[in-house]
Amino acid sequence: MGLTAILINVLALGCLAAAFFKDRTRCLHALAIAAKSFLKVLPMALTVVVLVGLLLGFVPESLISRTIGRGSGLVGILIAAAVGAVLYIPSIVAFPLAGSLVKSGASVGAVAAFITTLTMVGLVTLPLEVEMLGKRLALSRNAMSLVLAVAIALIMAVIL
Amino acid sequence: MRRRNERSKSAVRPWVLLGVILAAAVVLVITFPSRGQATRAASGRFLVEMAAVLPAAMILMGLFAVWVSNDTVTKYLGQASGAKGIAFALLLGAMPSGPLYVAFPMAAALLKKGARVSNVVVLLSAWACISIPQELVELQFLGAKFMAARLVLTIAAVVSMGLVIERLVAPRLTS
Repeated sequence: MGLTAILINVLALGCLAAAFFKDRTRCLHALAIAAKSFLKVLPMALTVVVLVGLLLGFVPESLISRTIGRGSGLVGILIAAAVGAVLYIPSIVAFPLAGSLVKSGASVGAVAAFITTLTMVGLVTLPLEVEMLGKRLALSRNAMSLVLAVAIALIMAVIL
Repeated sequence: MRRRNERSKSAVRPWVLLGVILAAAVVLVITFPSRGQATRAASGRFLVEMAAVLPAAMILMGLFAVWVSNDTVTKYLGQASGAKGIAFALLLGAMPSGPLYVAFPMAAALLKKGARVSNVVVLLSAWACISIPQELVELQFLGAKFMAARLVLTIAAVVSMGLVIERLVAPRLTS
């Protein structure tokens, strides 16, 4: 277990203990919400576990580094950004996938673009966003997020 | 009744997807046994790493949902303005929160109450891409440099986006 995993667990346990002493019923309510959302992301998390296995076991590294590797430049970043905008997976589950992509030859810029559009742009939830916040706000937010994600990716590709 | 059916359907769909992908993986591994070892090893390693962080992230989220209600958020963000409003929206967005669609109703309520568009956009975007457990998981899988650089750039992007979209949208909303 990495240092981060220890850190996040200590943080969660600390907050949980503080909550428990402050208000027992609210603490239990929070745990119920946590369990419910855990069950909700569980199938997605397990799907990503299988996908990561397939990715590392079957997809040749040369293919990954050719499409979204260092040499792929802006095209690779755009491909990764488009995939991230379309896909709908919780970001917390996407980081292991991103990490394994980097290990198998994807460029930092492409992975940054993928994660950033994944979180900020939601094509799947766009109809819902339009309905609740209006066409103008929803569309401009998603379009600008897409552009900014590519900009973030380009800057990261340069500085890292 | 119909609504209930829809809800249960949307809860089942991810499991069906998992089943399909798992079945495809089993078929692939049986067809190409030489790849089985690498596939199983990678999946196993990620299962362990995921199991180490996911429950903790969910607990932080649950605690936040109970202790800070949507009404509290709406009340404070509706009042705050200027740099203070943006900072507050960033901070709130960075709390361990759920998926983005959870924030849509809150954002709609804020707009209706007359909150600044920039605050609402910053809240939505920060909600989507900045959260404390998420940064920790990013740190674990992608490293400190990657996490820090992306965090700084994202905050800059989110704030400037809020200000630009307010210019684009606000005159039409109020007129």
